[in-house]
Parts: sequence; C-alpha cells; structure tokens
Amino acid sequence: MDMKVSKKLGLKERYTMMTRDLAWDTTFQPMDKVFPQVGYEGIKIHDWDKWEDPFRLTMDAYWKYQAEKERKLYAILDAFNQNNGHLSVTDARYINVLKLFLGSTPPLELMAARGFSMVARQMVGAGPRVACMMQSVDEYRHFQTQIHSISNYNRFYNGLDEFAHQQSRMWYLSDGKSFFDDAITAGPFEFMVAIGFAFEYVLTNILFVPFISGAAYNGDMAAMTVGFSAQSDEARHMTLGLECIKFMLEQDPDNLPIVQRWIDKWTWRGTRKLASVGMMMDYMLPKRIMSFKEAWEIYFEQNGTALFTDLARYGVKVPKCFGQTIEEKEHITHQSWIGFYMKPDACPFHTWIPAPDELDWLSEKYPNTFDKYYRPVLEHFDRQEKAGKRFNNKTQPMNCQVCVSTIKFNEPGDPMEMCFRETVYKGEKFHFCSDHCKEIFENEPEKYVQTFISSHAALQGKCEPEGTDVNAHDYRPGARMHAYWRMDKRATGDFNGSEDQKNFAKWRAQATKN
Amino acid sequence: MSMDLRTITIEPLRQTFGHLARRMGADKPASRYMEGTMDLQPVENYHYRPTWDPSHDIFDPARTRITMKDWYALKDPRQFYYGAWTLARGRMQETATADFDLADELGLATGYPAAGKKVINEVLLPLRHVAWASNINNSAVAAYGYGIAISQAAAYACMDQLGIAQFITRLGIAFDEIDALAEAKQDWLEAPVWQGLRHYVEDMMVMDDWFELFVTQNFALEGLLFPLIYDKLTDRLNAAHGPVLSMLTRFQREWFTENVKWVDAVLKAAAADNPANKALLGEWIAAARQRSVEVLTPVAELAFGTDGAAVLDEVVQQLNARAAKAGIPV
Ligand SMILES: [Fe+2]
Ligand SMILES: [Fe+2]
Ligand SMILES: [Zn+2]
Repeated sequence: MDMKVSKKLGLKERYTMMTRDLAWDTTFQPMDKVFPQVGYEGIKIHDWDKWEDPFRLTMDAYWKYQAEKERKLYAILDAFNQNNGHLSVTDARYINVLKLFLGSTPPLELMAARGFSMVARQMVGAGPRVACMMQSVDEYRHFQTQIHSISNYNRFYNGLDEFAHQQSRMWYLSDGKSFFDDAITAGPFEFMVAIGFAFEYVLTNILFVPFISGAAYNGDMAAMTVGFSAQSDEARHMTLGLECIKFMLEQDPDNLPIVQRWIDKWTWRGTRKLASVGMMMDYMLPKRIMSFKEAWEIYFEQNGTALFTDLARYGVKVPKCFGQTIEEKEHITHQSWIGFYMKPDACPFHTWIPAPDELDWLSEKYPNTFDKYYRPVLEHFDRQEKAGKRFNNKTQPMNCQVCVSTIKFNEPGDPMEMCFRETVYKGEKFHFCSDHCKEIFENEPEKYVQTFISSHAALQGKCEPEGTDVNAHDYRPGARMHAYWRMDKRATGDFNGSEDQKNFAKWRAQATKN
Repeated sequence: MSMDLRTITIEPLRQTFGHLARRMGADKPASRYMEGTMDLQPVENYHYRPTWDPSHDIFDPARTRITMKDWYALKDPRQFYYGAWTLARGRMQETATADFDLADELGLATGYPAAGKKVINEVLLPLRHVAWASNINNSAVAAYGYGIAISQAAAYACMDQLGIAQFITRLGIAFDEIDALAEAKQDWLEAPVWQGLRHYVEDMMVMDDWFELFVTQNFALEGLLFPLIYDKLTDRLNAAHGPVLSMLTRFQREWFTENVKWVDAVLKAAAADNPANKALLGEWIAAARQRSVEVLTPVAELAFGTDGAAVLDEVVQQLNARAAKAGIPV
C-alpha cells in the first residue's frame, strides 16, 4: 500500500527546493575550475550552506511584482511627457541636476549590472548566486528607467545628449568611473563589500533620498517616480550586501582584517564620490529639501553608527575615515560648487552664483563655515561676473591618483590649507587628495599606478577626437578637448543668459497664460 | 508642487541622444529598447585591468574568437529591455500560476496516472538541474559578453532558466512528488543515463569563449532538448494521459518558441558579419550538435524507448534547419 504522505513544504523549505537544491558540486570538472575566483582574495569560506538568504523571491513572484511596478512607472512617464511635464519643474536651473545625474548615475548602474553578473557567475553558493543575478537585472532596470525618464528632457534642453559618449571621457565623471572600475576589477568578495555593502548599504540612501525628494520638491514627477520605484529593489540590495558581510565574518576569523580594510577603503571612496550629490542638494535644487550636512548626519552618522554598532560583535570597527567625513561635511559641497563654477567651459551643465536668499540659507545651514570661508568667494565671483570679468580657470587640474577627484579639499583641521599628499613608487611621484587615498594606493600600488587621469592622458595625446593627426606639425595635445568630449557650447557656462533659461521661460509662459 | 499647464505643442531641439542619432544616421525618435541598449557599455579609458584576468580589459572583445564590426548588431528581435522583458514574463507566469492553481483545484496533477508520473519523475524532474546549468552558463555570457545587446539578453535568459528550473520543481511539488525530486537529483548525480549530459554541462562551465558557450548551450543543447521534451515527450504523454502535462509545462514551451528568435538572430548577425565568423560558428555548431546527440541519446531512450533515436533525429533536423536559416552551413 502506498503510504506516501502529502508533504506540506514550509516557506523556507520551499525556497530551498527552488534555489540551492538545484545546484550540485561538479565532479567532471573540479569546483575550483568552475568557480576560479573565490580563492585569490584570501577570503576563506568553509560552508556555503551557511549562507542565509536575505530574501526569498522565486522568479514567478519576482516577475509579478516587477511587472506591476514597471506598468505603473511607464504609465506615469508617458503621461508626464505627453503633458510637457518638464515645464512644471520649479525653474530651469533644476534641469542641471538631471544633467549631472544622467552623466554620473545610469552609467554606474550599468556597471553594477555587469559587475553583479560577474559575481553571480563566480559565487559558489546557489543562495548568493541567485541573489546577485537578481540584483544584476534590477540594475539593468535602474539604468534603463533613469535614461527613459530623462530622455524627454533631452529633446528640449542642452547638455544631456552626449552622456553615453562622455561617460568614459569627461574629467568630472572619472571619479565615478574609477570607483566602479576599481570594484569590478577586484575579486568577487571585494566587489560585494564595495558595491553590495559600502555603496548599497552605507551610502545609497544619501545618494537616492535627496535625489528623489529633490525631484519631488521641484516638480519632477518623472525622476521622482523612477526613484521611488527603485526603492523596493534597493531594500533587497541592502539586505544582500549586509548578509554578505556577515557571512564572510562568520565563516572564518581570518576574514576580518581583509573585510575591515575593504570597509575602510570603500567607505572613503564612496564618500569622495558623494561630494557632487551634496553640491546638488546645497546649490542646484531651486527648492531645497535639507542641507547636505543634515542629510549626512541622518543617513551617514546616525544610521552608520547604528550599523557599525550592530557589526561590532563581529569585531568590525567604524570606518577609519568616519571622523574626517564629519569634519568635511561642512566644506565639501561649497568647494565642489566653486570648483565647477570656476570651469565654465569644461562641463555640459550650467553654474550660477546663488541668489541672496539662497546665500542666506547656506549661512543658516552652515553656521561654522559658510560666512567665514565660502560666502566671500561667491560674492567676489558675483561682482566679477557683473563687471563682465567672469572667472574662468583654464588650467589643468591636479587629480588624486586614487579617487581621481580634483585636488581641492582642505587639510584636516585647517580649512584654509589645501590637503595634498604624495608618494614615490618605483621612482615615480604620485599625488593624493588625502591620507586615506594615499593609504589605498600603498596597499595596492600595482593597481593604482594604472588609474586613468584625463588631465594627464590629454597631455600624452590620449584624449583626441577621432581623426586627429598627432603627427601634424601644429598638433598640440589636449587642444581639442571640446571635440573629444562632444561638448555642446550651448550647454556650458552660466545659467544666466543660457538657451535653456530663455526657452524654459518662453515655453512656460505659453503653457500658463490664459 | 502641482501646476496647471495648458496643452501646447513645442518644437523639440532634438529627437534623441547623439549616440543614437549617429547610429540611426538621422535625428529621429529612438525606441526604449535602443535608448536602454545601444552603445552604452564603456569601450575605452578603463582605469584598471581585472585582477581576475589581467590579460584582458574589463570589457574586451578578445574574450571570444568571434569578431564584429558592430557588437550591437547582436540585437534582440524581441526588443527586450528590462521593462518589456519583465512585463512579458509577468504575463507568462500569471498564466502558469493560474494553470497550476486549476490543476490543484481539480486534482488533475495528483490524480495523474502512475505510468505517466513515472516518466515525469525519471525524465522531466532531473531537467531542473540542466536549467540550473543553463542559468550558470548564461550568467557567464551576461558577465563576459561584449556590448549591452548581448549581455542584457543573456542576463534575462539566465533568470528565465532559473524560472524554468523553478517551474519544473513546482511541477514535482504539484504532482505531490517531493521525494521524486530528491530521487531525480540522485539520478542526475549518479544514474548512468544522465552522466553524459551532466559531464557536458560541466564542461561548458569551464569554456573560455563566451560566444562558443552561447552557441553550445543556447543553440545546440537547448535546441535539441526543449523540442525533445516539451514537444515530443509531452505530446506522447498527453496522448496517453490527457493534457495536464502540457498545461503545466506551458511556460517552458512558450518560452522556447520565443527564445529561439533571439538565439537565431544573434547567430545570423554574427555569421553575416564576416566569413571567418560563419566558418567558426559552423564548426562550433557541428561539434556541439554531435556531442549533444551523444549525451541526449540515453535520455531519449529513457523517454521514448526504442523510438528514442528516431525522435532525436527529428529534432536534429529541426536544429539543422535553424542553422541553415541563420546562414550557417553545418
Ligand atoms: Fe541601482
Ligand atoms: Fe542597487
Ligand atoms: Zn583621493
């Protein structure tokens, strides 16, 4: 008699059947040949089965939820575009936020998509493989929905049209590029700490919450919807990053120093990258949400402290740079905006001197630093601009060999002094923006001597538009940077007097007059 | 902030992004597929070499022997960007879920005749591991392929294969055959009938050339396996035991019909690019077809008894016809 009892599977059991039970240890090919990358970074994993799935989403459920989200998202985008929604943003200065965002973010989402495919291929455990692959397709979603939401703006405003060409060429985009290039060329575990943990867990909120609320406050339904729609994906990404850290730390005590070094490194690298997000919050949003300093306090200091308190039981310490970032939060956004203002010919978005009430807002939000150090500079530039002597810095910047940002940040403890470090490796001198970047270099000099620094590369003739004859007698390296960047002149320089400003005013008047 | 805007028509400054206008040869509106795919992968100014593969760049056309004047010629005729893909799969899973619910409600699966169940347990359930292998192999194409056209489609195929492995698992659960899933795994690991196939998919996991992997896994092996199982075997079982199995494997069948369009378009574009590609693809297909037939022969015998060889031969003819249509002589 058949006594087989109908088994009811629990949720966890069922998910196991649907994922890790599919996998097996290969025998015709050795496991270390099938998964060749999991050993060389020094991380020791003894039992992949100990991986705790951070979420349990089978593909049918995934497709169901994601399809619902996409249907809503694209319906809103279509309606926004049809109704000329771009004319409902606060003022045309806001569109420069989108220019900065389109150049810097979708290309990095794409790198995340590719990077997670790579890690998904290399992880031995079925649990992390599935979660990474799911994140990979989520990241495809993010870069595409971001492009789709901004695509309509590109039809009406300047400076958005060459983002794909500029992603690997533009000097100010190379900090983000170097960040992701660094992560993707590292091994799978370091990638997980860099992107899965430092970026997704520690820093993502400060990147996306201000951007999404900024869009909402400034009437950009398209970008706001895209941002909100990505939030539930990000929640999954955050749990994956955290689980990966915990898994490594629980597997072997020898993993701790390696993981700690990565946490220190990637938190710092991420922090440097966020200077431009802060600049957007403090200077570029016509209607402000909160200052970068306030956001940093909530999303980094408070949440970060809670996170690292939680991780203390594994022996993890607060990232080394924590103290320095707290000091810098009152400076970096001003230094960044001033830096961009000073180079009006070299970026495809507009800059401006904040209006008097905006300067007052900055004084209020930055009582320790703004009036003392930055207001005088901005007011000086304003006077010069009005006198027809607009400041224009045409010199090549000095860049940090690690984070690639222009060396412009101040010496810790001394806001009047520029921080500058250097080291000599194999007879060659390398420059850094900070002690942290110098230390990252010294840990892996063979990697960081390779950094692509466009100001150096340009002088070596490596940044020339197609068809340049480098042997011509009148050839001067770097003289044709605008062509190399495919920079639209109309997109550069001051917002005041720009085509964007005029068109927006004209169109908005047409759309609002009765 | 909400604002009352009158409907006005304004003349746009441009229709699309610069890279798309150059690609299309005109400034005209581009589809969302194009906006989310074309020319987006970095191709230059990499900062560092991969520590895991220092002889190549991060993205490097030299990771395959196939060469292309334009890697975005490998585009997806389904025009799947993430939104289009997930909407299509969302609909398919909705139907599949309704099918599973109905089968459950009417007791169709649990009441399936024992003779039919035996075939399903022995032949169909081990295939969840083959789908898992395809998931791994497509993740390699997604990871190391060149250009976003191929990498994104492979990423979706990778997830599709996970979905397929899960639908097979669900089939086992629906037939109340949880123990059979365990036995099927045991067979997959040990029974002689499966070892050739397992050996083959494990060999694919260490293949260096991602394009060869694409051809071997997606064109040759699946091009034989899917018709063999989801067409021939389901027909045979349906004739004997009613259409329940067809109902519960609808996802796989519909998926295969659709996926073939992508796979064949990629092969056709690569073959059309240059004669060396065409010759190489011919070689790869011939080798993969031969080995696939070898490893599927015992599976076909298990499924069709003495008819196995003849049924397998039919699906080989279908595969040859597909290769010919893609312009590849084999
Ligand atoms: Fe993302
Ligand atoms: Fe993410
Ligand atoms: Zn630096």
